[in-house]
Amino acid sequence: MEQPNLKYIKELSGDDIEFEQKFISILKDEFPMEIAAYKEHIDSKETNEAADVVHKLKHKFNILSMEETYRFAVQFEEQLRTGKTDMDSDFRITLTRINDFLKTI
Amino acid sequence: MTCIIIDDEATARAIVAKHCSMVSDLKVVAEFDNAIDAIKLLNQQDVDVVFLDIHMPGFSGVDFVQTLKNCPKVVLTTSDTEFAIAAYEYEAIVDYMVKPLTAERFKKSIQKVKSALDKKGTPVSNQQSGSGSDALQELYINIDKRLIKLHFNEILVVKAQGDYIDITTENKEYHVHTTLKKIKDKLPDKIFLQIHRSYIINFSKIIDIEDNSVLIRKMVIPISRSNRPELMRRLNLV
Repeated sequence: MEQPNLKYIKELSGDDIEFEQKFISILKDEFPMEIAAYKEHIDSKETNEAADVVHKLKHKFNILSMEETYRFAVQFEEQLRTGKTDMDSDFRITLTRINDFLKTI
Repeated sequence: MTCIIIDDEATARAIVAKHCSMVSDLKVVAEFDNAIDAIKLLNQQDVDVVFLDIHMPGFSGVDFVQTLKNCPKVVLTTSDTEFAIAAYEYEAIVDYMVKPLTAERFKKSIQKVKSALDKKGTPVSNQQSGSGSDALQELYINIDKRLIKLHFNEILVVKAQGDYIDITTENKEYHVHTTLKKIKDKLPDKIFLQIHRSYIINFSKIIDIEDNSVLIRKMVIPISRSNRPELMRRLNLV
C-alpha cells in the first residue's frame, strides 16, 4: 500500500524551513476539512459535489508524492460524476491513512 | 511584473506564492480563494499576470477569462490535463501548468509570460484566438463545471431551448446554458448549417430531405422558408 511522504514538500521548500513548516500547517488544516466535506457529500448522496472535493484531494495526493493514489482518485472522480460511489470505501481507507500520517509530522 | 493568485485551495495558493517568491521581478499583489473577488480587484487595478485555478466551484477559471473585458495574461493551474486544449482557445491564456507545480516548470511559464508581455505590452482581449472554428476539430461545453470535449463530427443537431441549447451527438444529448447564436459562431460553416431559427444541423448527417423537413437519425428537423435556399444550394444535387 502506497505511503505518503514529504519528498515534494522538501523539494519545494529547499532551505526555507519556515515555509516548510507553514506549508505543512496549511496542509494539516485543509486536509481534514476536505475529508469532512467529502464524507458529508457522500452521506447526502451529492456525488457531483463529492467529486469536486475528490478533485481537490487529488492535488494533495500529488503533494504527498502518491502517484498510485492520485490515479485511483482520478478514476473515482470520474465515477462520482456518473453518480456511482463504488470506490468510496477504499477511498476512505486512503484518506484515513493520509490523515494519520499528517498527525505524525 | 505584478500578479495575483486565484485558487480555492490554500495549499495550491501557497505553492504558487512560493514559486513566485523565487522570481526576483515578480510581485504577488493578492491571493484569492475565488474568482469573483479577484474580478473586483481587477476592475480597480491592473496586474500583469493571473495564476488561475481552472476548476473552482461556482465560478470556474474559464468563466473568469470569459467575464473580463480586458483580461491580463493568464497562467492556468489545474490537476487535470484534459482542459489544456480548451485553455489555449483564449488569447489571454499564455500557459497551462499541471499541479503539483515544480520550480523548473514554473520558470518556463514565467518566460512564456514575459514573452507574451513583450509582444503585446498591454492586457489582451478575452476573444477566442485562431483563424476561426474551421481550423479546430472540436469544441468544449461547460456541463456542471466540467468542460466536455465534443468532436464536430459527432454532433448531429443543435436545438435552441430558451436560454439553453440541446446538443444531440451520436451517443448522448447535452443541455448547455448558451444561445444558438453563440454556438453557431463556434461551429465550422463547412459542416454545419442553420436550417431553422431553432435548429443547426450537421450537414453530413442528413439522411434525406422531404418537403420542409430534414431527417437525421430518427429526428425530423423543420426547414424554415428563409433557410431553404441555402440548404438547397449546398446540396450536391444530381
